[in-house]
Order: sequence, then structure tokens, then C-alpha cells
Amino acid sequence: MFHLTLRKETPLIFKVSVPIASILLTILFGIFIFSVLGYDSGKALYHFFISPLSRIDRIADLFVKACPLMIVGTGLVLCFRANIWNIGAEGQLIMGAVFAGGLALSFPDTNSVWLLPAMAVLSFIGGGLWAFLPAILKVRLRTNEILVSLMLTYVASLFLDWLVRGPWRSPTSFGFPLTNYYPDAGLISKINFPGIGTIGQLHWGVFIAILVCLLCWFMMQKTVFGFQVKLVGDSHKAFRYSGFNESKTTMMLFIISGGLAGLAGMIEVSANIGQLQPNISFGYGFTAIIVAFLARLNPAAVILAGLLIALIEMGGDSAQIALAIPKVVTGVFKGILLFLLLAGETLTKYQINVKPRQRSVPND
Amino acid sequence: MIDALILTILMTSVPLVLAATGELVVERSGVLNLGLEGMMLMGAVSAFALTYATGSLFIGLLAGIISGAITAAIFGFFVLGLATNQVATGLALTIFGTGLSGLIGSEFVGKAITGLPTLFPKHFADIPFIGAFLSLDIVAYSSVIIVFLVWVFLFKTKTGLILRASGISQYSAHSLGYSVLKVRWCAVLFGGMMAGLSGAYLPLMLTPHWSEGMTSGRGWIALALVVFASWMPSRIIYGAILFGTITIMQLAGQARGWTIPPQFLSSLPYLATIFVLVVISSRGSAKYLAPSDLTQPFISSK
Repeated sequence: MFHLTLRKETPLIFKVSVPIASILLTILFGIFIFSVLGYDSGKALYHFFISPLSRIDRIADLFVKACPLMIVGTGLVLCFRANIWNIGAEGQLIMGAVFAGGLALSFPDTNSVWLLPAMAVLSFIGGGLWAFLPAILKVRLRTNEILVSLMLTYVASLFLDWLVRGPWRSPTSFGFPLTNYYPDAGLISKINFPGIGTIGQLHWGVFIAILVCLLCWFMMQKTVFGFQVKLVGDSHKAFRYSGFNESKTTMMLFIISGGLAGLAGMIEVSANIGQLQPNISFGYGFTAIIVAFLARLNPAAVILAGLLIALIEMGGDSAQIALAIPKVVTGVFKGILLFLLLAGETLTKYQINVKPRQRSVPND
Repeated sequence: MIDALILTILMTSVPLVLAATGELVVERSGVLNLGLEGMMLMGAVSAFALTYATGSLFIGLLAGIISGAITAAIFGFFVLGLATNQVATGLALTIFGTGLSGLIGSEFVGKAITGLPTLFPKHFADIPFIGAFLSLDIVAYSSVIIVFLVWVFLFKTKTGLILRASGISQYSAHSLGYSVLKVRWCAVLFGGMMAGLSGAYLPLMLTPHWSEGMTSGRGWIALALVVFASWMPSRIIYGAILFGTITIMQLAGQARGWTIPPQFLSSLPYLATIFVLVVISSRGSAKYLAPSDLTQPFISSK
């Protein structure tokens, strides 16, 4: 069908145009799908992409929705850059929330200012531990990390389910699978702008998320560790010759990305829910994979990518309310967008010749 | 009572066997398709829609198989044609298939069809000991035959050998003059057809209605099952029955008020899969290892 040859150099225009072209093509597909289903495409597009941006409080909520995607997405960018496939961020996010929740629920009467920082640290440890398992198995036994991290996601979500229905269920929840509310000291407050007050649901976690993205960007650009990450992803051979320890880098990356996912879980619960329940994440761990690719594996670009995916999610809600378009359509959009981004990745890496392939013996 | 339990276990295992057998062939050719869940859902919704529209279960099954193949072809276009990352493309396929099936199925929610009939006359079910095994439908019996045929194909035919070679050492297969891409295309399409059939089994047999995301994680269990079976077809059947038993035990246990948390039972298939993965990777016996070129894109000019 096609014949791919490796490019020696990637033209700069491709690097910038791939995400933009993918987004535009996804919108075109969207128009097509809407008209096939008999919806007014103009109205549908308005509710998807404009309506969530039409008021300042909605824009604030966009940042809130993007918050977990940014934090998890940044961690995944680091892993994917190093060619490590942590697919279990969803499970690590849940374990982070569980660890932090355990602490908050153990001190129901505290008003210590140290509770939130301690929860953040514990959530990082919880998520990190859950990522440590596939990491150590990969490093020691060369067990496939994709499958292990994926399986552990289901175990984590069942573990949370058991906790909130069993030992951690609140005695005052009337049998509903909910824990007690966290003490106020364990909640993340909304940002109070002087003279304006709060805007939408905008909370301090969003600030942390953007900070995390920028820190990771700095780390990738300016530190030896960042250099190691890029090197191990580009060439294993060069990495080993340079004397770095590949196992150690793999472990570090897994723990960092798992820890960040855990932190995202803690922030999500402390800022938006205030207690543990069976579902605390709506596939953020999986959606963040799209975010990572949309950002072309650049931590700073994760901020924009997270916002865009959040826009699609919020657009799905607003289109469902206004036009009764089923919410699942966001899945179609996200899937198509990811397909196109991945195809774009190929365009930047390979040259595509459509001419029939000559049978050639490979020379390696 | 016991018979009814066995029958439920067997019927729960059928979609797992079908999807996992397809995926096994795909993975043996060196491709990891994480989009099983998406392909199964597309198969399920198409099978339900066409059975509902035509009243013919045969057309429904066929629709499931075809739409599974079409969904797999999308995957093949990106992964084989454009050499995209297999893990991410598979996830995209799951996200896409879950969304599209929900969209197509939104007008079928709450509607009902009559499911597949049993292959043998009803009173065969009363035969002691083997009654449950004789009250299944044609797809269930076919699934066992398909597993056997896949085993014959993979290990007793030359084409099967070429397929396995493409999964273990793609460039060696290429140097010998075999078209790795063509082999993988066939495998991916076969995997899609099987996933589509597996998905079709859910609304046509297990629960005769359509609901959004009705596979409820069976695609992932099937993926786990391939690993659990260490890429050997026959073990898929034992594995599927084991996983099916665990699923049913958990429901039966709840009804009888067992003290084991049902979540613990539900997590057993995943834990067992991790355990098997660890055992096979530490033993390192080549026969039971994952195909070594799994997830490696094929670039002929490399």
C-alpha cells in the first residue's frame, strides 16, 4: 500500500502543523458525523467548541476539568519520551486518592495546615507504589509493563470499590457507597481573587497542575535527568555507552509518572468531591494518553493539550443538554483525534511513497 | 441447580474464548491490538441492530463479524499502513469504538430481541451430568472448533509457521521473501472478525438487549486471557472457563451471602494474569514467551 522510509530530518513545519491539522480534521469528521446523524452541525459545533468558552466561569471550569489531565499527562509524557509504556495511570490515580483519603479520614477533627501537604506526599507515594510494581517487574524480569500496568488498573478500581462499600463506608451514608467527608483541612479551596471572589470552580489544584507541567518541562530541557530520558527513548545503545543506568531511569520514570497520577487523584477528590466514592476518575488516566500525544510529548504543551481535551469533554456535556446529542460522541472525537495524531507522528518520522514497493532485502 | 450454574459459566466463557483466540493470532503475528473492547462493542451493536431490523439472527451474527473486521481494518490502516504506535492506536480504537457503538446504539436502548436457540432439542438438558454441555447454542460449539482449527493452523501448517515467524523475527521472515505486512493484515482482520463475533454473542445470547458499554471490560479480560494462556490456543479454553467460573462464583457468592468480598473475586483474573506474566518471564522458556517482535512496527526499508 504505502512504502515508508525514515526521514533524515523532520521539517519544522510538520512538528507544528500535525496537532493543528489533526484538530481541524477531527472537526471536519465531527461535522460529517453530526450531519449523518441528522443534527444541525453548526449548532452542534457551537455547543461543542464555543459555548464552553462563552463565559468567564465556564473558562474557569475548563481549567478545573483539565487539571487532572495536565498532571497525569505530564507524567505520561516523561514515560513515553523514554519509550516506556505506562498504561496504568488510571489505577495509579485511584491509589493516590486512596492513600490521601486514608490519611484525611484518619484525622476527622484536625485543622492542621499540614494535612494537605501530607496528603499530597502520600498520594504521590500511593501512585508511585502502584507504578513501582510494573517497573520492578520490567527491570528485573523483563515482564511486559503494558499488560501489568493495565491489569493493576482494574485491581486498583476494585480495591477502591471494596473500601467504600466495606471498611471505609460512612455510617451516615444511608447504605450508599460513600466515605465520610474529609475534614475541611483536607479540602483544596477555590481561588479567591481579590475584589472579584471565586470564578466558577477554579481551585488551587489548577495552579499546582500548571506548575507541575512547567517544572517537568524545565527538567526535560535543562537537567541531566531530562537528557537521560530523551536519550534512552531515542537510542538504547547510545544510552548504555554513555554510562547511564537504564534500569534506574526506567524505575524513576515509572515512579514519577505514577506519583503524579496519584497526586492528580488526590487533587481531584480534595477539590471537587470531598469524600471517596466508587468512581472518582472518569477515565482521566486513559484520556491523559491522548493529551500526551496531542502535546507531542512536550510537558509545557501538555497545558494546552489538556485544555483542548477538557474542551471536548465539556462540549460533550453542553451539546447533550442543548441538543440531546449522546455524550458518547466525545469518545468518537477523542478516538479520531488520537488516530490522526498518531498518523501525523508517522508523517514526521517517515517519508511516505505511494509507488509500488520493490522487493528488497533489508540490509541489517 | 448445578447444571444451571455450569451452563452460565460455559456461556460466560464463550465470548472470552472467541475474542481471545482472535487476539492470540494477532499477537502471534507480532501485533498487539488493545482495541478488543472497541471491536467487540461495534460487533455487539451491529449484531443487535441488524437482528432487530431483520429478525434474522444469522444476519445479526454476520453483521457482528463484518463490523468487527471493518473496525480492525481501521486499526490495520494506522498500525500496518502507517506504522503508528500499536499501544496508543489500540487505545484509540477502544475509545472510538466505545463512543461510536454508543452513538449508533442510542436508539436501540430498551428494545428486545429473541436470542439464539440451543442447538440440540430442549429435553437434552435433562440428561444427568452432561445436560449443561448439551444446552448450548451453535456459536458456543463453534468456538471450541475454532480454537482447535487455530491450533492446527498455527502449529501444523506452513502458513501458520510464517505467521509465527513474523511475530518472532519480522526481518528474518521478510528476508525469506514473505510479506510480513500481508500476514499481519490477515491476522488483524481475523482478530477483528473474532472480536466482532464475540461482541455479537453478548446481545444475541447472554443478555438479549443492547446497553452502552455492554462488554463491561470483557475485552480487557480477553487480552489478559491471551497472556494467561501464554499464547497457546488450547489454554484459552481452560483459562476462559476459569475466568468465567470466577465471575459466576462472585455472583453466586453474593446471593448466598459469602463473606469473601466480591471485589476480591473480580480482581482474581487480573492478579492471575500478572502472576502468569511474572512466571513466564522469569522462567524464560522460549516456547511460552510473548512473540519477541510484538508491538514492533515493520518498516521494510530499515
